[in-house]
Amino acid sequence: MSNPTTAVPVSGQRPPSAAPASAGRPKATRNRAREWATRAPLLPALIFLIVVTQLPFVATLVISLFDWNSFRPDRRAFAGLENYKTVLSDESLRESIVTTVLLTASVVIVSVVLGLLLALLLDRKFRGRALVRTMLIAPFLLVPVASALLWKHALYNPEYGLFNGVLNWLGGPQPEWLTDTPLIAVEASLIWQWTPFMMLILLAGLQSRPLDMVEAARLDGAGSWQIFRFLTLPHLRRYLELGTLLGSIYIVQNFDAVFTMTRGGLDTANLPYTIYETFYNAHEYGLASAAGVVVVIGTIVIATFALRVVSSLFREEASRA
Amino acid sequence: MTAVSTPVPITSVPEATRRAKRRGAALGVLAWFVGIVFVLPVLWMLLTSFHSEADAATNPPSLAAPLTLDGYKDFFGVGGGASPWPALLNSVGTSLFSTCFVLLLALPAAFALSIRPVRKWTDVMFFFLSTKMLPVVAGLLPVFLFARDINFLDNVWLLVILYTSMNLPIAVWMMQSFLADIPVSIIEAAQMDGARLPTILWRVVAPIAGPGIAATSLICFIFSWNEMLFAQVLTGVVAQTAPAFLTTFVTSQGLFLAKVCAASMVISLPVLAAGFAAQDKLVQGLSLGAVK
Repeated sequence: MSNPTTAVPVSGQRPPSAAPASAGRPKATRNRAREWATRAPLLPALIFLIVVTQLPFVATLVISLFDWNSFRPDRRAFAGLENYKTVLSDESLRESIVTTVLLTASVVIVSVVLGLLLALLLDRKFRGRALVRTMLIAPFLLVPVASALLWKHALYNPEYGLFNGVLNWLGGPQPEWLTDTPLIAVEASLIWQWTPFMMLILLAGLQSRPLDMVEAARLDGAGSWQIFRFLTLPHLRRYLELGTLLGSIYIVQNFDAVFTMTRGGLDTANLPYTIYETFYNAHEYGLASAAGVVVVIGTIVIATFALRVVSSLFREEASRA
Repeated sequence: MTAVSTPVPITSVPEATRRAKRRGAALGVLAWFVGIVFVLPVLWMLLTSFHSEADAATNPPSLAAPLTLDGYKDFFGVGGGASPWPALLNSVGTSLFSTCFVLLLALPAAFALSIRPVRKWTDVMFFFLSTKMLPVVAGLLPVFLFARDINFLDNVWLLVILYTSMNLPIAVWMMQSFLADIPVSIIEAAQMDGARLPTILWRVVAPIAGPGIAATSLICFIFSWNEMLFAQVLTGVVAQTAPAFLTTFVTSQGLFLAKVCAASMVISLPVLAAGFAAQDKLVQGLSLGAVK
């Protein structure tokens, strides 16, 4: 993480309070001008981001209060909180909330654990380590849609997919992966894609571990497990948190895998897919917006927690510096 | 604190090292095994893309079938059918332009958050990050309606704007962390020597931040290249990008496995090449600059 404390202002340029007290009023206006000059480089990015990402949410909030189906534009009317009632009582929407939680939690947890094991394996010296690392990150570098197509058609297909082909060789059964266990099938493909991501972050964490401490512990007679439990794991904590946070941000919003592999069928529709479906195919604009607002509220709750984690890391880093 | 003692009697040291060596070798083999398991689907995709459609769809799989370029020819529309070139070019264009715009906006912002920070700069940082946490799908409908009303649907520039906003928070976080690493003493020394701000930026900051800018560009390019939801909803024929083009393969259409694999391979190739070539930059980028 960045070192906030090293970002000390260039001496003599700031802060304004450093100006001599005798300077009087002209100095104050000049200070204000200078303050705006420090802010100026920030403004284009900030304004752009607010206009493109925040205004649409405001619009979503407004639309969510209307009964608005684009097939019946003449019947657009203010509906108050009616859409929210529908959203919260609608069976399929409630199911997609559960699906989103299941999908995100299982993918993040499994890929963090697998990623940690792989990072520990790759932290050792062995022949061809760089090549193994390259092989391991390949899944993460496939375009998500391409990866989903690969799993759907080339691996899961019950007639000619690789999985059933191998099972056929071994004389095993021929399951219909995507219809028998649809959610697990989607999760497996996502875990395959995200484990390398976790592995990369955790490996970088392992390699930043101060080795002299490990040496000292070993000389004191600490076993491998003790070293892992009491030295490595605490050191990795912030990397684990970072991986979990970033993984959650992306997997909660996953659309590509669900859209490609199951089209949201068979209880695999997560919230992003359901909202897409509600407005793109069912043209229920008001309802889709209300669902969107519910997602945003849910995300804000999680994000507040997550941001607290990040900012604690941030401060930890600052105090270490 | 106990005195440092030899953990094992001297006589058994060769035995212990031999055991440790054997265990190390076993773990090396295990690492190789897991690596192969993970890369196998990609290799399978590569192999299938070079098979004929008939050989691609056999059960059990035909590993040693003759290799052919038919899948690729088919994908590129040699024998008729939609050509993927417009979609590929759209992807290149949107990814490159949005990456440039992201850098243009993020570099000054990162400067104002690190080298010469505004007051409460951490709050600004967290505002940037928080926009990344709001699900894009919740803002998609207004964007769609607005673009429809001003006749901006199916336009690559709409995607460029959206991808810029999608990657801007990541880029600001990354560049902030890279710029904050520049030692203040260097900048001060340059000031003492009478260097003015543009000179400092160009001669001092830029060379040190160069690798960081490269990592940021790589990540922004990959994320723009991969994006599918916006492309799917907001484009049609003209502005369709490569991932949206790929979604035409979602439903099975008879014998088409080799073609699907060829298509996935071609469209993933830029990301695979860039990612393999710059693995360390990839880690820096994915961790928002936290891992160096």
